[in-house]
Amino acid sequence: MNAVKEIRFSQESLELIEKMIKRYPEGKHKSALIPVLHIAQAEFDGWLSTEVMDYVAGILKLEPIEVYEVATFYSLFNLEPVGKCVIEVCRTSSCWLMGAEDIIRHLEKKLGISPGGTTADGMFTLKTVECLGSCGTAPVMQVGAAYHENLDLNKVDNLLDKFRSEGNRKCYTDRITPDQK
Amino acid sequence: MGKKILLENDHVPGIRGYDVYRSKGGYASVEKALKSMTPEAVTEEVKKSGLRGRGGAGFPTGMKWGFLAKPPGVARYLICNADESEPGTFKDRYLMERIPHLLIEGMITSSYALGVKTSYIYIRGEYFYIARILEEAIDEAYKAGWLGTNILGTGYDLDLYVHVGAGAYICGEETALLESLEGKRGNPRIKPPFPAVEGLYGCPTVVNNVETIAAVVSIINQGGAAYAAIGIGKSTGTKLISASGHINKPGVYEIELGVPVEEFIYSDEYCGGIRNGKKLKAVVAGGSSVPILPAGLILKTAAGEPRLMTYESLADGGFATGTMLGSGGFIVMDETTSIVKNLWNFTRFYQHESCGQCSPCREGTLWMEKVLRRIVGGQGALRDIDLLWDVQSNIEGKTICPFGDAAAWPVASAIRHFRKEFEEYVTHPEKISDVKHYYSVNNLPVA
Ligand SMILES: Cc1cc2nc3c(=O)[nH]c(=O)nc-3n(C[C@H](O)[C@H](O)[C@H](O)COP(=O)(O)O)c2cc1C
Ligand code: SF4
Ligand code: FES
Repeated sequence: MNAVKEIRFSQESLELIEKMIKRYPEGKHKSALIPVLHIAQAEFDGWLSTEVMDYVAGILKLEPIEVYEVATFYSLFNLEPVGKCVIEVCRTSSCWLMGAEDIIRHLEKKLGISPGGTTADGMFTLKTVECLGSCGTAPVMQVGAAYHENLDLNKVDNLLDKFRSEGNRKCYTDRITPDQK
Repeated sequence: MGKKILLENDHVPGIRGYDVYRSKGGYASVEKALKSMTPEAVTEEVKKSGLRGRGGAGFPTGMKWGFLAKPPGVARYLICNADESEPGTFKDRYLMERIPHLLIEGMITSSYALGVKTSYIYIRGEYFYIARILEEAIDEAYKAGWLGTNILGTGYDLDLYVHVGAGAYICGEETALLESLEGKRGNPRIKPPFPAVEGLYGCPTVVNNVETIAAVVSIINQGGAAYAAIGIGKSTGTKLISASGHINKPGVYEIELGVPVEEFIYSDEYCGGIRNGKKLKAVVAGGSSVPILPAGLILKTAAGEPRLMTYESLADGGFATGTMLGSGGFIVMDETTSIVKNLWNFTRFYQHESCGQCSPCREGTLWMEKVLRRIVGGQGALRDIDLLWDVQSNIEGKTICPFGDAAAWPVASAIRHFRKEFEEYVTHPEKISDVKHYYSVNNLPVA
């Protein structure tokens, strides 16, 4: 999607990573791996390439395999390129009871993709996810850090328009707290 | 109106911020514990309160704290389990979003009782914005002197950090959580050793749910006996219930343990009845893992007694006719719900979330999903129902962690109580879309 770019964290991210590592006892810096992978995903276009994972391994002084093992286990990490806006729709029990299937079908039709797919213009990726802990306001989807609740087809349409008009923001940057201690 | 403890100040404007929280008596439990109580005395009050873990298993909290090994010179940890991924459960999110300082206050008081100097709140990855709310509240608590070194001049030091996960239901299981916190895959550990002896980084560790830790605040302020006076029998205190599904008023409710289920579902103080004037078909009372019950059995026990919202009453009748309070994820289904399709949805969830370490769980969830997909698609056969029964019974009790049971129970209970509906699905696939048909087929008492 983008030309070969040097893989390097921004100064801001490096400082944040320093702070993260300090949260764990001496020698237990591996604990910072998941938080650092979130930072990496936000900084490097919303997914973790092998190169990015190797870079993270270097920063945390881990073996690359230790990073791959973790990145492949957790569903919030994308191992393939994604669009600028990743839409994660809950498909579990309460959302399903309240019409999640209709929401997913509608998104598939509007975007012309199936879950897991990315639109040709690189704008949207559609993902289905498990219970987001928002069952009382079902059906629900998450985009970046934000929850969009009590969805209906109309609301989904309006949100899609909004995301499109915000076109060039980077996905997941709002998942990272720059002011973390 | 029932008594509220956790959500007493829920609607006070600005309660999320430190100043308002403090002005409402916030951090009094820390003051009381650190200045006038020994750590043992704090634990004693928690024992007296009868508080039981609110994460799902209902294990007595004071007893758990009592098990914590205390070898000299070895660090100990308190971990707050804010993974909250059990489908149907969203109470911890509500509490942390609205009153983050209540959790932080509970963490400090509890850490003091356990002699812990570093604590973590492990929060599920999706709750990024709540992690931010907690971080801000923790900053405020540091600035006000409730965290850090020499708290209140008592010589007690405590650091508290938020740790964000990355999407994996299994990381709510306490040993998987510890693995995850150590920067590894969330594979549950074989027990023993239990976390109380070998937990985080091999050190003695207590893992407690958000709501459990928040409840400690009131227990220390009012005394364990006052807490124990609320509720019924061994179900003491209040419980947050996440109510969702086909009800008029979904949301988080703090109930005094002991409220009749019927009142909880139909009264305007709580769920406000079934939506659109429909009838009640079934309830999953404690998160997706607990047995589903048909209307008749959730409102009344097999003996005809009113079913109450307590650990004991919900479990009355065992798995034959009862269920569990679990995490308090109360999912209500009206007469238009297909139990078979709903079960397929649950099973698909468990198949997706199995960590894959044990073959009964990894292969069993895979098979159950496959068979249910076949039945839902109109391709099932009668023997598939027996096959499902057989597969689930070969998972239960045969795995490293209780996830296996959690995947098996929904299948067992759905077949136990709604077998006729499964049979109709395979004998009359042409009627699959006619949900009314399955309601009459089940021939269950209507509520
Ligand atoms: C598959 C599985 C998922 C779990 N998920 C959670 C969870 O999201 N939150 C939680 O507090 N406990 C969860 N638990 C229970 C924990 O293992 C542990 O018992 C609990 O955190 C202890 O806290 P408590 O005693 O305060 O309830 C889960 C257990 C299993 C087997
Ligand atoms: S029961 Fe399932 S989730 Fe638990 S350890 Fe075994 S495979 Fe993993
Ligand atoms: S089932 Fe969708 S948020 Fe819980």
